[in-house]
Amino acid sequence: MKITRRQMLILLPAAAVAWEHVLAGTPESSPNYKLSDHWWSMLIDVPKCIGCGNCVRACQAENDVPDGYFRTWVERYHVSDENMTNPVVISPNGGKDGFPPVAKEDEGKYFFVPKLCNHCADSPCTQVCPVGATFVTPDGVVLVDPKYCLGCAYCVQACPYGCRYIHPQKEVADKCTLCYHRITKGLTTACCEACPTGARQLVDLKNPNDPIHEFLRTHAVQVLKPQMATGAKVFYNELDGSVR
Amino acid sequence: MSGVEGYIYPNEVTLYWSVLIVLYPYITGLVAGAFILASLERVFNVSAVKPTYRLALLTALSFLIVAPLPLQFHLGHPERSPEMYFTPHSTSAMAMFGYVYLWYLMAVLTFEIWLDYRHDIVKMAQSSKGLLRLVYKVMTLGSSNISPRALHVDERVSWVVTLVGIPSAFLLHGYVGFIFGSIKANPWWSSPLMPVVFIFSAMVSGIACVMVLYMAVTRLRGKTIDMRCVDTIAMYLFYTFIIDFSLEMLDLIHRIYEADESFRTLDFMVHTKLFFSQIVVQIIFGTIVPLILLAITQVIKLPELARKRMYAVAGALTLVGIFAMRWNVVIGGQLFSKSFLGYTSYKIALVTKEGLLVSIGLTLLPLVILWVLVKLLPPWTDDKAAAGVAAD
Amino acid sequence: MSAFKDVGHLFRFAGIFVALFVIFLIVRVYVVPKSFGEYGHYRGNAITDIAANPIKYAGHEACETCHVDVQDVKKNGKHAHVNCEACHGPLARHADDPSSMTPVKPDTATLCVRCHAASAARPKTFPQVNAEEHSTGLPCQTCHQPHNPAIAAGGTK
Repeated sequence: MKITRRQMLILLPAAAVAWEHVLAGTPESSPNYKLSDHWWSMLIDVPKCIGCGNCVRACQAENDVPDGYFRTWVERYHVSDENMTNPVVISPNGGKDGFPPVAKEDEGKYFFVPKLCNHCADSPCTQVCPVGATFVTPDGVVLVDPKYCLGCAYCVQACPYGCRYIHPQKEVADKCTLCYHRITKGLTTACCEACPTGARQLVDLKNPNDPIHEFLRTHAVQVLKPQMATGAKVFYNELDGSVR
Repeated sequence: MSGVEGYIYPNEVTLYWSVLIVLYPYITGLVAGAFILASLERVFNVSAVKPTYRLALLTALSFLIVAPLPLQFHLGHPERSPEMYFTPHSTSAMAMFGYVYLWYLMAVLTFEIWLDYRHDIVKMAQSSKGLLRLVYKVMTLGSSNISPRALHVDERVSWVVTLVGIPSAFLLHGYVGFIFGSIKANPWWSSPLMPVVFIFSAMVSGIACVMVLYMAVTRLRGKTIDMRCVDTIAMYLFYTFIIDFSLEMLDLIHRIYEADESFRTLDFMVHTKLFFSQIVVQIIFGTIVPLILLAITQVIKLPELARKRMYAVAGALTLVGIFAMRWNVVIGGQLFSKSFLGYTSYKIALVTKEGLLVSIGLTLLPLVILWVLVKLLPPWTDDKAAAGVAAD
Repeated sequence: MSAFKDVGHLFRFAGIFVALFVIFLIVRVYVVPKSFGEYGHYRGNAITDIAANPIKYAGHEACETCHVDVQDVKKNGKHAHVNCEACHGPLARHADDPSSMTPVKPDTATLCVRCHAASAARPKTFPQVNAEEHSTGLPCQTCHQPHNPAIAAGGTK
């Protein structure tokens, strides 16, 4: 079955028109997007994560993330009963190629924790940027301006979560954009799109119809390192206390 | 991956603040310390240190000129560094530092040196020839007014500038400490004591630097070292060092006693990866040994030669020790993972932009600049030519 | 006037200061990007720059506009909520112009085990198999239709 783009446009006019804007990549062509209408974040449903690494691969493909650096990665925790606060953590190549199988359940428990930029509302990384090259957008996403960044790496030092790196070729700070180029066009992030179990879900806290509101009311939800008081917005459902 | 132990976040393998960022607080520390030594004579009327007054000012200036260079070399986009002045981010300690630096360079150091040398500059503009004459002419800013009244005005203004300069020097280096001390994500840095420790260690290193320079240069010039001056400087070095060491120990004891969530990780690091640079170089050879040497000179009456030698050794060790302190702060703060579960390592490269050769070059550059400055603006009070000036 | 004479040189020094500062202010006007400060202390156009990045994953809605047949098979099965590109990879180019590229069929030998290889680290409720014991080397799609994998659903073609 061969379908040309023109035919596709006829198939579903509304969606297809939106699609054209998406591909054109010009923000002017998504005129309905209003910065003040959104407050983006993400929900990580820890018990749903199977450690397949799809999100890491999708992120690297979508955002041209250089090898050995990660905008998102997956950690596998092994917590034993005797040492609840001292987990054994691995993340081989950021979990990009999956994890070595565990043959039989020995002592303690295993679980996977996907990590990404927490898009903190009171982000320490944007606080320290000397020139205003990194910032929280009005719709709640922490971005880096690659045309303005000095590459001083102060923000890398200030992030408590290890989410930033200096891009080895561009020599500017780089990090998760929450797929800003997608979410502003009505798509979800690449990692959420590729997650087979729904362990990652894009969330718009300003959207009253977003299921997140119901979810937050009915689940034990945490953010990472709350003691850092960063206003982290990536919510983790059923997060174990040993996770750092 | 090489050099990684335990679990670290995958982006933490690379260590971004290299030896150049070690050099930067070291050099600014020397500036602040040298200036404070100079201010002793001017504001606190410690006349014994007069022979080093001008040398200390020129030392501060030559190090201050070099201070931003390590940062420039370190930046991924050095050409964008003016953004720091054009759009400074008010919540960033680093951005504010740019302004503090300029203020200190222009309004304090250059101004004070200019005021102090103006008489000499005008005289030299008249007596020298050729290109040098032009240089001095430019430095007079076209004013050859060295009437007693004008010089008296200079003297008074200079006193005020020094007075402003002391808090400025504190600000300059306190800010560097704050850049590290305000990072809540990093328990090795995050401490309100950090700026204070930086200021006192700056004074220690600056005083030691001027003392060693004075002794070395006087020897090279074949003149006699003014022992009253060196004894006084050594005494100040000793007392500042005691304050500095007490503060550092207070920080250490506090950390050990509190033993918060990061303690096990940091403790392990100090006993392994940082053992040599922290325990051996910084604390034993860089602090305790010079402190003992200085204490002996304070307690026992020693012959001149023995004192000179002890001062030289103590001063040199101090300079190494403070460098190690900067190293342990900057590099140490990046060796452990913020997950507190593992460590990375730092290998200094040789010829890269942030390598060993560049850092050696940047360490020697201030001495070259100082040499030029000393030729241009002789700071000596024991020369015949300068005798008239020194007598005021 | 004579009082001024003896402090005149100080004004010369201050003059340099003021001159440099004025030059700085003038240069600043030209150098700072126009959109700087539009939303906050940053280049406002940076937001639109980043929003303009090209996409690689088309999103399942785009796939479903054409591949209605697959969607019909998928929607009642266990993989109903697994998006197309989770297995097929990024295909925005294909969605843009289907004739420009034909997606490669994923190899089930490596694809399925990514999620379903038995590991005690995975959530217990998640279906997992030890591939060798389970199928003795047969390709997964011999029995399971990836778009609707339950065997009762008529997986064997």
